Amino acid sequence: MTIVPVRHPWRWVASVVILVLLAMLVNSLLFSHVVRGGVREGRFQWGVVGHYLFVAPVLRGITVTLELTVIAMVAGVLIGILLAVMRLSPSRLLSGAAWVYIWFFRGTPVLVQLFFWYLGIAYLYQHLTLGVPFGPALLTFNSNTLITTFVAGALGLSFNEGAYMAEIVRAGIISVDEGQSEAAASLGMSKRQMLRRIILPQAMRVIIPPTGNETISMLKTTSLVSTIAVVDLFQATQSIASTTYQVVPLLMVASLWYLFFTSIMTIGQYYVERYYARGSARQLPPTPLQRLRQALRRQPAVPVPTLASAVPIHHEGVM
Amino acid sequence: MTVPADTRPMVEARAVHKAYGRLEVLKGIDITVGRGEVLCLIGPSGSGKSTFLRCINHLEKIDGGELCVDGELVGYREVGNRLHELKDREVCAKRAEIGMVFQRFNLFPHMSVLDNVTSGPVWVRRAASGASRERARDLLARVGLADKVDSYPNQLSGGQQQRVAIARALAMDPKLMLFDEPTSALDPELVGDVLDVMRDLANEGMTMIVVTHEMGFAREVGDTVVFMDGGVVVEQGDPTQVLTDPQHERTRSFLAKVL
Repeated sequence: MTIVPVRHPWRWVASVVILVLLAMLVNSLLFSHVVRGGVREGRFQWGVVGHYLFVAPVLRGITVTLELTVIAMVAGVLIGILLAVMRLSPSRLLSGAAWVYIWFFRGTPVLVQLFFWYLGIAYLYQHLTLGVPFGPALLTFNSNTLITTFVAGALGLSFNEGAYMAEIVRAGIISVDEGQSEAAASLGMSKRQMLRRIILPQAMRVIIPPTGNETISMLKTTSLVSTIAVVDLFQATQSIASTTYQVVPLLMVASLWYLFFTSIMTIGQYYVERYYARGSARQLPPTPLQRLRQALRRQPAVPVPTLASAVPIHHEGVM
Repeated sequence: MTVPADTRPMVEARAVHKAYGRLEVLKGIDITVGRGEVLCLIGPSGSGKSTFLRCINHLEKIDGGELCVDGELVGYREVGNRLHELKDREVCAKRAEIGMVFQRFNLFPHMSVLDNVTSGPVWVRRAASGASRERARDLLARVGLADKVDSYPNQLSGGQQQRVAIARALAMDPKLMLFDEPTSALDPELVGDVLDVMRDLANEGMTMIVVTHEMGFAREVGDTVVFMDGGVVVEQGDPTQVLTDPQHERTRSFLAKVL
C-alpha cells in the first residue's frame, strides 16, 4: 500500500506569492535605478550607505548608543529588583513607595522624563548637595556641570526602565512556587540567601524573555536622547545627513546598525534562556550550532548497503 | 531546679493556639515529644496537623500558648518576664537545627541532587564544600540514591525526590525531623522506599514528628499516635491502642474510613 500524503494547495499559492514579492524586493533593492536631479543612480544608493557605515562619527555614535543601553539596562534591572522586593514587602510604606515610583515613571513618557533630567533638574535645583539631610553640606555640585547631556540621558533611561523591570521581576518572583521559600527557610536560609540562591535563579526563567525584549527595545529607545543633544548613533547619522543632504542613505546606515545589534542580542537571549532552563526541561533541545554540527557529521556518512536497505521504503520512491 | 538537658522533652506544646483571621486552626494543643521518640500525627484534612508541624519550626507564628523545642521557646526569648520576638537571624539559626520534609518534596529544581543536599551546610553553616559534598554523597548512598548525585530533581521519580529531600534535611544534622505527609504525593508503589528510609532513621534514634495517613507506619514505627480533629487533640497514646481500640467516637469514625 502506498501512503498518499495530504496536499496543501493553498500553501503552494501562498509560497508563490511570497516568492514573487521577494523577487520584487530584491530587484528594487539591488537592480533598479532612478533619476535624481538629472543624475541616474541606484535607487538605494548602497555605495553611499557603505561609505558612511564605518565613518568615525557613526562609530562614536554607536559607542554612545551601546553605553547608554548597557548603563540603562544594568541600572534598570538593579532598580527593578529593589522595587520588586519592596513591592512584595509586608511593610505598607515600602510597598507603597515602590508603587508610587512605578506609577510615576510608567505614567509619564520617557521623552518627557529625558527633558526633565536635561532641563528640569538644573532649573529646579541649581546646586546638588551631598550632606546630612536638613543639616550641614559636605559637597556641593553645580547641576549644569554635574548633569551633562549624557548623564541626563542615562538617568532618564535608567529610572524609566527600572519601573518596567520592577514589574517583570515581580512577576518572576511570584511565579516561583511558595514551597521553594518554605524549603529554603526550613534549612535555615536567611531572606537574602533565599532570594539570591533559590528564588531569583528560578524566577530568571520568567524574567529573561521579557528582559531580552526590554534590552532590544532599549537599544532603539536610546535614539530618543538625540533630542537632548546627545550624539548617539541616530544623532550622528542625522548630523551627517544635515550637511550632505543624503538623508535616506544615512537613515539606512542607522537602521542597519540597529538591526545588527538587535540580531546579536536575539542570539544572546536564546543562550541565556537555555542556561536558565536547567532543571525545568528534562532534555534541552540542541542549539542551532549543535544541530548544524550534527547535520555535518551525518552528511558524509555514505549509506552502507545492509539487509534493511533491501526493504522497499515508500517515500524513497517518490521523486 | 533545672531539668537535665538530655531528659528534657524535645518538643513541648502547651495550649498552642493559631488562627488565620477569624478561622481558628489550633484550639489549644498539648503535645509532648520526648528525645528519640517518633510521634505520628493523624487526622482528617483541615484538622490542623500540618499547621501545628509548621509552628514547630516557626514557619507559622503561634497566637497563644507556649511552644518549646529543646527547652527553648519557638520564636521568642524570655527576658525577665517579657517575651522578646527573635530576630530573623536567630529564627534561621533555630530552623537550621530542625529538618523538615514536605508533601511536595520542594527540591530546588535548578540545582543538581548533590547541590540540593549541600545547599544547607554550605550556605547556612558555611561548611567547606569538599567535606559537605563527601557527606552528601554518603547521605544519598544511605537513602539509596548514590547513582543520582548529578541528576536534576525533575529527572527523578517522586519517591526518589522525597528521599533526596530527606537527605537534604539530614545534611544539617538536625536534632528533630518534621515530616509533613511525606508519602501523600507518591504513587503507591513508591511509598515503601520512603517509609523504609524513615524507619531506618527512627531506629537510629532520631526524634521525629510525622504527619501521615500511613496507619501501618504509625503503628509499626510510631511511639505515640496523636489523633487531631478540628484543631484539638482528640486522643493520643500508644499506636496499637489508639489505632485498634480508639476511645473516642471521632477517632473511631475516622479510622473506619481510612483503615
